[in-house]
Amino acid sequence: MTLSTRIWALHLAVLAALLAGSVLLPAYHQTNVAKVMVLATYAMGYNIAFGYTGLLSLGHALFFGAGLYGAGLLVQHAGLPAGPALLAGILAGGAMAAAVGLLALRTQGVAFMIVTLMFAQAGYLTILYNTAWTRGEEGIVIAREARMLFGHDLSADLPRYLAAFALFAAGLVVKLWLVRSPTGRVMIALRENEERSRMLGYDPYARKLAALVVSGLYAGAAGAAYGLLFGYVGASLASTQYSILPLLWVLLGGAGTVLGPLVGALSMFYLIDYSSAFTTASLLVVGVALVLLVLFAPRGILGTIRERWLKWLP
Amino acid sequence: MSFGPFLLLALMEGMVTSAVLALAAVGLSLVFGIMRVVNVAHGEFFMLGAVSAWFVSQWVPGPPAVAFAAALILCPLFVGAIAALADMVVLKRLNYEPEATIVATIGLLYILQQAALSFYGPDARPVPAPFNFRVQLPWFGYSGYKIAVVAASALVLLGVWRLLAKSRVGLIMRATQYDRETARAFGINVDRVYAGVFALGGGLAALAAVLIVPIQQAHYLMGTDPLLLSFIVVIIGGLGSLRGTVIAALLIGLSDGVISTFFAPTLAKIVATLLVALVLVFRPQGLFGRRAL
Repeated sequence: MTLSTRIWALHLAVLAALLAGSVLLPAYHQTNVAKVMVLATYAMGYNIAFGYTGLLSLGHALFFGAGLYGAGLLVQHAGLPAGPALLAGILAGGAMAAAVGLLALRTQGVAFMIVTLMFAQAGYLTILYNTAWTRGEEGIVIAREARMLFGHDLSADLPRYLAAFALFAAGLVVKLWLVRSPTGRVMIALRENEERSRMLGYDPYARKLAALVVSGLYAGAAGAAYGLLFGYVGASLASTQYSILPLLWVLLGGAGTVLGPLVGALSMFYLIDYSSAFTTASLLVVGVALVLLVLFAPRGILGTIRERWLKWLP
Repeated sequence: MSFGPFLLLALMEGMVTSAVLALAAVGLSLVFGIMRVVNVAHGEFFMLGAVSAWFVSQWVPGPPAVAFAAALILCPLFVGAIAALADMVVLKRLNYEPEATIVATIGLLYILQQAALSFYGPDARPVPAPFNFRVQLPWFGYSGYKIAVVAASALVLLGVWRLLAKSRVGLIMRATQYDRETARAFGINVDRVYAGVFALGGGLAALAAVLIVPIQQAHYLMGTDPLLLSFIVVIIGGLGSLRGTVIAALLIGLSDGVISTFFAPTLAKIVATLLVALVLVFRPQGLFGRRAL
């Protein structure tokens, strides 16, 4: 088996397992895994910027929120059907990433982190400020009638699971293709040594901007899908915490691995789910996980596996 | 009330914000200037200061002034000890690598927030002011305590400046900031300096919170605003520049007071956060600083 076949076989097997979940999983877990797949799509986008290109952003909630509100407000106030609204949300995420990137990519490292954090905070406050449209913290509940995609009711369990799966599968395949393409190699080169890539003739600013826009498209898609699949569009989903969570999932699963975001989001989701049985301190789980990860496992689950055993893992 | 006195009131409220903000921001700025650590958990040190002040006010009997005086001393020490512990257990082991320390302090933020929620609860609780008198101006009466807050903050800032500029401890801190390796070669215990600076930064945030808590109630989520505002102040003032930090705190505090009074508080925050992002993009050394982030 050639390397390429092996890689595609692994990822298609993961997708097949998730697809099988649509019939095998009980209703409760089906809702959970649907949510995890949408959030993992968001994390995959984050990983393209952070894991592969080395852009540690603390403001991705802005792109997620752009997708969420881009789709949600159009459905709610303009009466747009779910399909076009989803598309609008994706584009809103990409456009927001382009706008932020044009400015923020003039900075590096810690300054980049703070600039993205500030832009995201300004976006969050803007949502709160325009309460008349967004209903602020309370949020908008999208009616069931507005959540129809190609004649399927997205508020029902099975269509919702399949829609989340379709989104995740598309994201995974595009990402796998992207990071193994020459463009992906340049992104990794930028992460490892920006000066050397510049010397080899690549334009770091343009390449990083492109990576950030792709990342924003993913975040926008996930945000729009979240609103449409789960019927809720609220300001808390665009708060700083939603910038931190994809970072946590990516770190846990393994930064710069294609499947890492799924592994991270899935394990974190179920860690909080199980721990909530005996403690309400879910924030503590998040905090302790972050500290332990940077201290003892900076490469995350799949990063460690790749380092020890499976060197071919993309 | 006509426009003139209204503006005066807005400016006086802005002065109180500035005074507290300057203390918190100087703490953040010291930690960044000397350790090159961006401490995202700084706002939670502020919150812990306020929450622990409430506990002290419950435990210490007698008039509110006694409890408040005890809180002024105990709370910064308590928070400083937590900060020093966090530095020794976590940050030191990360070798102060910038991105790893930010992720770790984000983790610390959630841990402290959850601890406050578990032990203190979700309610906002007031702490009685040590004294109550009103200064009667021709147009309106003003709380004497708020004026005392401004004065106390000015005194503490003066003390911090003397500590840094005139004392032996300050000399050691500045030597460590200038060149950590050379300082080590001259026998300075850099680990202890770092733990001390992190404790001092946390302690200043806690002190600011104890001063503000009779005006604004203690709540487990109260750390977010001071964190963002401190970031804004430190970045606009220039990282690691004490003078710039104080000037920027005045600028931000006063404009926040005026914009919040005449427009909406949320709008004031949107303007301030966008401003700081643009300052970082176009003038990364801040308005008064010399070094870029």
